[in-house]
Amino acid sequence: MTRSVSNSRTAAFVGVHGLLLIAAALMLTPFVWLLCAAFKLNEDVVASTFLPLNPEGFLGVAWNRLTVIHFRTLLGSLGLGRAALISVFLSATTAALATLLCAAAGYALAKLQFRGRTWAAALVLAAVTIPGPLLLAPSYTVLYQISLLDSYWGLILPAAAPAFGVFLFRQAMTSSVPDQLLEAARIDGCSELRLFSLIALPLVRPMVGAFMLITFLGAWTNYIGPQIVLQTPAKFPLAVFIAQLKGTYYQDYGLLMAATLVSIIPVLGLFLLLQREFISGLTSGAVKG
Amino acid sequence: MTPALPASGPLGPQASAAAPRRRSLSGPALAAWLLLAPWLILFALFVLWPLGEAARLAVLQTFGPSATNFVGGRNFSALFADPLFWIAVRNTAIYAATSVLIQLPLALGLAMLLNRPDVRARAAFRLIFFSPSLVGVVYVAMIFGIMFEKRTGLINRALHSTIGWDLEYPWLQNAIMAALVIASLWQWVGFNMVYFLAALQNVRQDLMEAARIDGAGPWARFRLVTLPAIRPVAGFVVLLSVIGSFQLFELPYLMLNSSAGPENRGLTIVMYLYQTGFEIGDLGYASAIGWVLAVLLVVCAVAQRLLSRGEEDAA
Repeated sequence: MTRSVSNSRTAAFVGVHGLLLIAAALMLTPFVWLLCAAFKLNEDVVASTFLPLNPEGFLGVAWNRLTVIHFRTLLGSLGLGRAALISVFLSATTAALATLLCAAAGYALAKLQFRGRTWAAALVLAAVTIPGPLLLAPSYTVLYQISLLDSYWGLILPAAAPAFGVFLFRQAMTSSVPDQLLEAARIDGCSELRLFSLIALPLVRPMVGAFMLITFLGAWTNYIGPQIVLQTPAKFPLAVFIAQLKGTYYQDYGLLMAATLVSIIPVLGLFLLLQREFISGLTSGAVKG
Repeated sequence: MTPALPASGPLGPQASAAAPRRRSLSGPALAAWLLLAPWLILFALFVLWPLGEAARLAVLQTFGPSATNFVGGRNFSALFADPLFWIAVRNTAIYAATSVLIQLPLALGLAMLLNRPDVRARAAFRLIFFSPSLVGVVYVAMIFGIMFEKRTGLINRALHSTIGWDLEYPWLQNAIMAALVIASLWQWVGFNMVYFLAALQNVRQDLMEAARIDGAGPWARFRLVTLPAIRPVAGFVVLLSVIGSFQLFELPYLMLNSSAGPENRGLTIVMYLYQTGFEIGDLGYASAIGWVLAVLLVVCAVAQRLLSRGEEDAA
């Protein structure tokens, strides 16, 4: 009897882990394939599925056929480095600005009494429901009218005031900044703006980390924005640069995968550093709210 | 040395006398508006103004941002008679329905597997499943666009060597929707799994144990204990997926090399909006498409609200 219980438990253990391992292998396959393709000559991409094969080499793998030529080409004549720097600049600026503005607005809505507060809170809630594509065409005419087309500010400023950010920070401020603490600091003569920057902001650090990562990721992978706003090819960030590359070098699989690898590694690295904050920030809106 | 002490004498009354004046200058209400102002200004410039523009443009025909022509409601009547628009709506709806019906049950299944108490290396599995959602849709399109190539692509090769699948099968011509659903399954299943995993923490273990003792089978326990506990989050995840699916654009556009594919099989609502607005240059017609999309999404959100409320009343 006990043996059959422990047997069925072992079977369940093996079954569950077997399923998880199969799922993990399937999820990792595109990454592994991408990694292999980025270091292969084009004839090897076409000839072998993962690594270049050679009947004599170790496990049949011809290690000496791996190459970094695609990275050389990308960084040299194609100017990937420039596009990457532009992406870093755009994403970092957008993330820093959006986090600061949304945290400030969220703090004001959560912790300060003022006339028009309910009105402002309702505005934020209504704005969360506006679908992005509705604003694509009209944003273009607005940017045209204020001469921000083909300028980085035309990309950064519209992305720096997301309503859902105010919503998230209002929630975080409400749940993790105690009113008594603010009151005590006020009595001690702390100014209102320093209450925000020195007391409230450090208390919502997990949300700051999560939100910065979300907005950084959003700006880093944004394709349609720069595609519409920017016109000079020298100003294109990675996402548009790579889409254009695919148009020109659509047969050059190794080159395209090398460019893709360079573009996704920074974000994956950043995520590994901030993993815990990111996932808690991601789910806080759904589970608490 | 006590430098703080003498200062407290003369400074004390001065500070308290200044307090009321200072409060009127930098009290909480003023601070609130100062903190709110930067966000509010950008919001007014880049959300409220474009929203107004969207209303204005919807009754215009344009060629680029400056050449306009008043057409009134004809944008909408033309849109509803436009066969391409209906192809886009049909494709988008099929994509949304299949990706929700396939992806969300798989995400929930993965979450339930990972949520078992005896699972080893949970954090590593969670990381592996979640990481594709960080890749960004442009790069997913790059990777899967090549993986779905005929003959050289990984998918046809793998299927050919395992089940003898046709190596020349042209996914991107004949089965674009299937390719899109698979690519976005890879990208988002782990993301949705994280939400379900958080929701599963609301399942009461005592209730689960009681059901087990009462002889409830796995399906009955899932239906009667697990499902009610995760229902609010499940509703949220369904809504999020539907909204996301209806905004599909970059994945097909880039997988199909900046086109809608043969016979517009990969045309979506937002792709049609982009093509009319920015390739043809009619921002008015594009705005009309934007409004129809917005109405569709609001209908989805309201339906989800009503459904979840109805379920709460029934429970």
